[in-house]
Amino acid sequence: MIRFKVNGKEKTFDGDPDMPLLWYLRDVAQLTGTKFGCGMALCGACTVHQNGAAIRSCTTPMKDVGGAEITTIEGIPPMHPVQEAWMEIRVPQCGYCQTGQIMTAIALLKENKNPSDQDIDTAMAGNLCRCGTYQRIRAAIHQAAKQQAAKEMA
Amino acid sequence: MKLIENVSRHVSRRGFLQGALASGVFVLSVRFVPAPLLAAEGDATAAPFEPSLWMSIASDGTVTIVAHRSEMGCGSRTALPLVVADELDADWSKVKIEQAIGDPKYGEQDTDGSHSVRSNFDLMRRVGATGRVMLIRAAAAQWGVSPKDCTTEPHFVVHRATGRKLGYGEVAAAAAKLTVPKKEDVPLKARSEWRYIGKESNSLFDLPEIVTGGAIFGMDATMPGMVYASVEHPPVLGQKIKSYDDKAALKVPGVQKTLTIDVFKPPHMFQPLGGVAVIADNTYAAFKGRKGLKVEWDANSSPHSVYNSAPFRKTLETTSRQPGKVVRNVGDVDAAFAKGGKIIEAEYYTPHLAHASMEPPVAVAEYRDGKVLAWAPTQNPQAVQETIAGVLGIKKEDVTCHVTLLGGGFGRKSKPDQVAEAAVLSKQLGKPVKVVWSREDDIQFDYFHSVASMYMKAAVGPDGKPTAWLQRTVYPPIDSTFNVSAVYADDEMGLGWNNLPFDIPNHRAENGPADYHVRIGWLRSVANIYHAFAIGSFADELAKAANKDSAQYLLDLIGPARVVKLDLKGGEAEEDKAYPFDTARLRRVVEIAAENSGWGKKATGKGRGMGIAAHRSFLTYVATVVEVEVDSRGQVHIPNVWTAVDAGTVVSPDNIRNQFEGAAVFGTSLALFSEITATNGVIDQSNFHNYQITRMNRAPRHVDVQIVKSEALPAGVGEPGVPPFAPALYNAVFAATGKRVRELPLSKTKLV
Repeated sequence: MIRFKVNGKEKTFDGDPDMPLLWYLRDVAQLTGTKFGCGMALCGACTVHQNGAAIRSCTTPMKDVGGAEITTIEGIPPMHPVQEAWMEIRVPQCGYCQTGQIMTAIALLKENKNPSDQDIDTAMAGNLCRCGTYQRIRAAIHQAAKQQAAKEMA
Repeated sequence: MKLIENVSRHVSRRGFLQGALASGVFVLSVRFVPAPLLAAEGDATAAPFEPSLWMSIASDGTVTIVAHRSEMGCGSRTALPLVVADELDADWSKVKIEQAIGDPKYGEQDTDGSHSVRSNFDLMRRVGATGRVMLIRAAAAQWGVSPKDCTTEPHFVVHRATGRKLGYGEVAAAAAKLTVPKKEDVPLKARSEWRYIGKESNSLFDLPEIVTGGAIFGMDATMPGMVYASVEHPPVLGQKIKSYDDKAALKVPGVQKTLTIDVFKPPHMFQPLGGVAVIADNTYAAFKGRKGLKVEWDANSSPHSVYNSAPFRKTLETTSRQPGKVVRNVGDVDAAFAKGGKIIEAEYYTPHLAHASMEPPVAVAEYRDGKVLAWAPTQNPQAVQETIAGVLGIKKEDVTCHVTLLGGGFGRKSKPDQVAEAAVLSKQLGKPVKVVWSREDDIQFDYFHSVASMYMKAAVGPDGKPTAWLQRTVYPPIDSTFNVSAVYADDEMGLGWNNLPFDIPNHRAENGPADYHVRIGWLRSVANIYHAFAIGSFADELAKAANKDSAQYLLDLIGPARVVKLDLKGGEAEEDKAYPFDTARLRRVVEIAAENSGWGKKATGKGRGMGIAAHRSFLTYVATVVEVEVDSRGQVHIPNVWTAVDAGTVVSPDNIRNQFEGAAVFGTSLALFSEITATNGVIDQSNFHNYQITRMNRAPRHVDVQIVKSEALPAGVGEPGVPPFAPALYNAVFAATGKRVRELPLSKTKLV
């Protein structure tokens, strides 16, 4: 029996310990905001937080989440400054990859409150967007950083 | 279950109408089936009373507008309801969008060809305006005044003289009882009165759900009691199963059973590929079960195991050097070539591409009592109806297809083979089935963008301008998906090949034959990609050969402002009448892109350079300047892109900028990284490690998009940004390095 938390709630799992967290979240817990894109940690659509750090849930087996605190997009109280910036800059096109992008961006801004373009490129290079919204993602991260800083000043 | 929530959120058409009629809300009775091209030219109001197809107003003022186009990221699901809301003079915050199921009563529903707004703009305006007239009449009757003395402000009818107001919800029930006014009694707003059309404030209707994870894509649709399926497809198109061993698969926890799906009967069209399906309790178990399958395929059951990309390229190139079918002829190129002088030839090659939408193909379907209910991320719900009806031998009216949001489409999702798989499996199992394709399935079993070879030849006069221009293109046509013997791309000639806009006295465009060995399909801007690559590159080659500035030379090639005389037939001729090819508009976008980029003012060479190309596709005029930096390792960086767009009248300018920013990234993928190849009929690539698409760190750093202000008819915006990108980039690489590369992608060529 694997015990862990998802979005603050206690969970247990006694199925196939090799099942990736992604499929537990989507098919078992019905938290479908986390997306399937590649299954090989190549695209970032499945990004969630494990103890606050961005991870690829498609290659994280359930046996490795024992004791962990998992946060999915559904566990981010709306509207987070990153989500606000995504709305204001009107980043999404199809939107499928955007929850993964947002989860990576939130984790980045936790570690780096004022990231440079280079920092953003490095942090976000693992998140693919086939619609090609990268320019707006970069702008939205800068804007969210400013908003966060302004909030902290206040 | 999620589906139940789905149904209540996006109420099914029938349920919606029953509810709407029962509660006595205003149902606008406009019924109209658009013709393919000039949708709104028919008479929308001639039909007798029918329940509304397009909109309703409830007594609380909620306006529900039906979106009959799919949302795959281009904004169609938002744009058309915005047009209705504008003419209705509705308050957008009180508008709900209901996604239409597949049904011919909406007219054509294939969200492709960048034509959703173009084909429905006038109709949607009239729908909204008709509603506005009926609301005014109902309010005027209640006040006992003339409708002429009334006007509207968002969501209210106003009596001008007294300032009295009635909310749309308050008069909806009375308006519903009125006769639908005739077209001539329904005035449309003047452009100056538009509140939403063309405004910067427009944003995607689904934006809040997208950023919070609540948006429902096909991958998120469920049905009560459903099982999950993953299908092992024949590695070579059309191969049949010889035998298979599922012992190991069945031992995987959660795997229920395996089933076979018959291989299609040619032509493959949108039928299932066939194979062995693993049925399981969840997606992971189905995927894991597949790894345990041992399938032996009948090697002799398909003619396509001969497909090898390297020799096939040679075949295409050989064909491209032979005379082909003439698709446009102006003057006499042969006579001009015979005169001698300076002759320039070049050959260009572009590989297969996979769409690689971030959401792989997926669908959930239930077969019950001879009927099918499906939820799918499809560009074309009517194709779902037709395909499932054909495969299962039922009536298409007995297939109900709900459309979810699409996690990208790019043309892949106009082909519903995976939805048919779900229906076929559900019929065998007697319960709903969700078919999930892995990324490997998506890349290996796509309807691929065609591999193509182009041969170009020009005779150049003393002034450097061509006196003759011959172009020949060869590739397996999309028609091969519908007709096994199709070898000519008749339907793709309009995609940038039979309409060269250059001012050249002698010109001939040809198309040579090619066989198919994989499924061929539409991919964002389709044949325009390779046609624009060859034309845009060759134009630059001629400019450099003449020692001319590339931008000025391009303008000289386009020549004076005029309507290009084209030799078109049928639908293309009709389209040409409504949307003549206007070189003034093409010139203007070239001039704007050049001006914005500071063309000619920056030093080039030594690893830095700028390139330009222009192309009209889907009736939109686009010019793009790409700036590159080639580093000491030969890696190409793109600091800047400037694009100018004339798409006629536009609905949501910010969304259009987003489309063109995205097109630059999509263009970067195909120009720098992406290539699909086959070995003995089997696709060599499988996931994003070996089929690469652009990541943020290799994407253009800054894309500037200028939309030309225009009152011309609306044209396309989803696709037209793609075609000029690759030639502009390659021309920039030439400017930077002196290397003329004539094949995609650039990663195959060492620049240093």
